[in-house]
Amino acid sequence: MAIDTRVAPKIKHHDEEYKVIGTRPIRHDGLEKVTGEARYGSDINLPGQLHGKVLRSPHAHARILSIDASRAQALDGVSAVITSADLPDPGDKLTTGGEAPGLPVKFKSANMLARGKVHYHGHAVAAVAATNQHIAAEALKLIDVEYEVLEPVLEVWDAMKPDAPVIIEDLYTAKADGTTAEEPSNVAAEMLYEVGDVDAGFAEADLVVDREFTFGVVHQGYIETHNATANWLKDGHLHVWCSSQGAFTIRQELADLLNHPITKIHVVPMEIGGGFGGKTTAYLEPLAALLSQQTGHPVKMAMDRADVLKATGPTPGGYVRVKMGVTNDGTITAGYANLAFDAGGYPGSVVGAGCRCVFAPYNMTNAKVEGFDVVVNKPKTHAYRAPGATHAEFASETVVDEICRTLDIDPVEFRLKNSAKEGDWQLAMPPYPRIGHIECMEAARDSAQWQTPLETAPGKKRGRGIASGFWFNIGFTSSVIAKLNSDGSVTLLEGSTDIGGTRTSVAMQFAETLGIAIEDVDPIVADTDSVGQTDVTGGSRVTFATGLAAHNAANDMKDQIAEGLADLWDVAADSITHADGTFSANGNSATVREAAGLLEEEGVFPIGKNTVTPTREGGAFAVHIADVEVDEETGKVEVLRYTAVQDAGVAIYPPYVEGQMQGGVVQGVGWALNEEYVYDDDGHLLNASLLDYRMPTALDVPNIETIIVEVPNPGHPYGVRGVGEVPIVPPPAAVANAIHDATGLRMSHLPMSPPRVQAALAAQA
Amino acid sequence: MRAIQYAAPSTVEDAVAILAEHGSDARMLAGGTDLIVQVREDARDTGVFVDAKKIPELMELSVNADGSTTLGAAVPCHQLYNDAHFTATYPAVTDAARIIGSTGIQGRASVGGNLCNSGPAGDTIPPLIVHSAVCNIAGPDGERTVAVEDFCTAPGRNVLADGELLVSLTLPKPPAGSGSHYLRFIPRNEMDIAVVGAGAWLQLDGETITAARTGLGAVAPTPLFVQAAGDALVGMTADEDAFAVAADIARDAASPIDDMRGTIAHRKQLSYVLTQRALRGAKARAQGGSPTNGH
Ligand SMILES: Cc1cc2nc3c(=O)[nH]c(=O)nc-3n(C[C@H](O)[C@H](O)[C@H](O)COP(=O)(O)OP(=O)(O)OC[C@H]3O[C@@H](n4cnc5c(N)ncnc54)[C@H](O)[C@@H]3O)c2cc1C
Repeated sequence: MAIDTRVAPKIKHHDEEYKVIGTRPIRHDGLEKVTGEARYGSDINLPGQLHGKVLRSPHAHARILSIDASRAQALDGVSAVITSADLPDPGDKLTTGGEAPGLPVKFKSANMLARGKVHYHGHAVAAVAATNQHIAAEALKLIDVEYEVLEPVLEVWDAMKPDAPVIIEDLYTAKADGTTAEEPSNVAAEMLYEVGDVDAGFAEADLVVDREFTFGVVHQGYIETHNATANWLKDGHLHVWCSSQGAFTIRQELADLLNHPITKIHVVPMEIGGGFGGKTTAYLEPLAALLSQQTGHPVKMAMDRADVLKATGPTPGGYVRVKMGVTNDGTITAGYANLAFDAGGYPGSVVGAGCRCVFAPYNMTNAKVEGFDVVVNKPKTHAYRAPGATHAEFASETVVDEICRTLDIDPVEFRLKNSAKEGDWQLAMPPYPRIGHIECMEAARDSAQWQTPLETAPGKKRGRGIASGFWFNIGFTSSVIAKLNSDGSVTLLEGSTDIGGTRTSVAMQFAETLGIAIEDVDPIVADTDSVGQTDVTGGSRVTFATGLAAHNAANDMKDQIAEGLADLWDVAADSITHADGTFSANGNSATVREAAGLLEEEGVFPIGKNTVTPTREGGAFAVHIADVEVDEETGKVEVLRYTAVQDAGVAIYPPYVEGQMQGGVVQGVGWALNEEYVYDDDGHLLNASLLDYRMPTALDVPNIETIIVEVPNPGHPYGVRGVGEVPIVPPPAAVANAIHDATGLRMSHLPMSPPRVQAALAAQA
Repeated sequence: MRAIQYAAPSTVEDAVAILAEHGSDARMLAGGTDLIVQVREDARDTGVFVDAKKIPELMELSVNADGSTTLGAAVPCHQLYNDAHFTATYPAVTDAARIIGSTGIQGRASVGGNLCNSGPAGDTIPPLIVHSAVCNIAGPDGERTVAVEDFCTAPGRNVLADGELLVSLTLPKPPAGSGSHYLRFIPRNEMDIAVVGAGAWLQLDGETITAARTGLGAVAPTPLFVQAAGDALVGMTADEDAFAVAADIARDAASPIDDMRGTIAHRKQLSYVLTQRALRGAKARAQGGSPTNGH
């Protein structure tokens, strides 16, 4: 296979020309990462440090009758054993940080260390600190836990039955109309969104397609496992080093869970080996902190792969029903969707986000969407790249494909005709701003892959599929502090953990605004004591929101430089102009570098800063094309060729945008074809390893062709839209539609694994 | 915390003595790509590691006077596929050696280790079966031989008693006009365990099959020698009809389970398909060509 080194095509729908934005400089963190000098959580080693380990539940659902740690405590080298009894009672407090604020802290606390009951196989029950890992592991075996095993509830459709065992005895459904259910159940919340008149819409339709889809649980599959080191000092200061998507979020959670003042908590974000939404919440941090408090020593903890798969937050399995009505000329008249996602052991799935995305690519005048957040005996689920959207749009994009086939309408033409555009209704949001779905669809239509007929091969079943995807992106809060150094360079402190290369994409916006070279900016991911409030790296928000903060901070710095120069030049500050990095007024001029030198002599050191909570994130669309070959005898699906088209708004650093697009496709193809949690009837997770939780390898995906479309986001000075998440959305539907093209099969479950495809082929024959 | 011991004997007798002394607490260590992983994951409790790699007989790869080959139990996979004679003579075995793990794993992993690990899905075992390999075993009571198809007794278990070790395998010289092939089904394209593996060996006289053996992996508690399939082929013309007959027998012989790696129905189907494909590949090799359908 030849490696494609061409610079991928970019299709601009604007006339802006930038000096720094859109170029491909060397990434600031590149050298450290390739030489191995970059510091990750596991590189932290403190004098006197102890090692912590977690005892996990062997049962999916059980009451804890007793925990006796006396034998473990007696073991030489063991310093402390903690259980939920050591965590403060959170009462009715609600969470404030993370991607989904507003959930009871008591659930988060019980997920940290099981309180009274275990809700899933792998649920943390106790933790120990010992002088080394081996003793800690030995100690776990000496903790005696007596369980009363209860019947597990594993799937949402079972959990929603009236006679299902209730996992959380005091969970009363928060209903869509604002009322609360009288009887406890496993349904934590119901939601309902409506526009127009769906019944009338369906009555107008010539064709109604109504299909059900189900999903296995999938994990984000980040390579670095969770780790945390905590040092609780005698004066109450708590220092934590961890692998997280948001240091401020971890700080908030520690404050909530440990009832500890936020000012005393200092969280240092280490480099992060992937997160994808799975590292937006604490797991080990509070345990390491408690163990450190109890022992008076720093405590280091790290999960192994099995712990990560069993006991962190995968993204939900569940159920989606989509019903769409169209007229014979291919106009959508109505849409109905019903989504039930498993929240896992505690409430709070991403079903609401799924609801918001299910019909997002289309101009829906009549729509109704219902969502259910359902507790089951599986790990508490979490965000995964465009959380909820992949499930939802796998369903709707499969239904759209079926409509196109039935009416014999070209799938590109159908989508162009019905596409959402500026001013159209958007579920639970103001009408769409300027968006780029149509532009993406046109670029896909004009792409090399779509324009090249699928090569047939004798005896091979091949097919092509296309699908759209939408993800709304998130604003949240970001901060940047920029210090002008005397040589004209800038040290840029930002609070966003750099997962996708955002150091560079944030720094580039700063450099563009101030008019300096990207090499003159040194971006640093700062800890919670050193920069302003910054929410999680998630929701594709960093290049958008932290980039905006950097732009604002650069303007702030510009103003300060101008003020300094105004004194020197004896002119009014507002008479100083700034263009291409040069300040001028009244015959005087100075570049940023020259200005820095002049100001240094005056003792002036500008610090530009900004904290911003933008709300006009814009939303991102993607259109993907997949060519597949299906082995009819084995059910194995091979992806032969793949093109990903995406509206990036404006691609600040194109290689990262392409990398995000390709990475999203790889994960989406893995989800489409093989990835899923396999449980036995008792709720034991059987495949908690990367051998049997099958993520794609380099040999499982073709080269992924990328086409960046630029329809600038009007809500950002440089037109940025988040790019990190939407590329995972279309792949399962694109692959499913290609499988249909190849075989005539409509797959209704993810993953479309070989045994399922083969069984479907056998049933078809 | 568990202290471990490591021994590196240089003779079979010394190895036997150490194994006999420590009983089930001792295990041979060849490449360690199964053993070390299992001990690390708490799946096996081993106190004494007896290194196989300092014992000349276990590292031997040689052709005997009668044309048979002695394959020392600890010879790593990479040595096999870099050996032109071995590859030409026992192609099904090198088909397996090439797909175990990755290049890195193949630098350590041995055929003997694969066999002694006795996993139902061990990739080298069906190829050894179709090549009629014989296990040379040494123990406190001297030496004995066991046909490879009789070696494994249950998942992770085999005929070796405490104190015994596998010294080598003897692979008979295949007759002229014969060829073999092994392939497996995995959902991904690398780094996976066989959902089903199938090996086949054929001897042809013109287009007529004069001898045949097939084997299956991952469809029963142990790798299977599907003798009936080979027997049925003898005397038939080596064509699709014949292969379908054998594949049918293979499917019937398979008694797989549902687990996280596959379903019963899928494994039954794969037993058919892969046996067919393995036979096609074996035929191609018997006729001097090479298999065309996958690995
Ligand atoms: C990443 C990875 C990928 C893998 N992929 C595959 C694959 O694709 N297919 C596959 O079949 N396997 C695979 N394996 C498993 C393993 O690599 C093979 O089974 C390998 O052949 C084992 O050989 P070894 O020399 O490493 O054995 P070891 O681990 O040294 O030994 C295996 C077992 O055999 C015993 N043993 C070894 N030698 C002797 C002897 N002479 N006498 C008695 N007992 C002995 C040991 O005590 C141990 O119980 C993989 C393993 C890893 C880690």
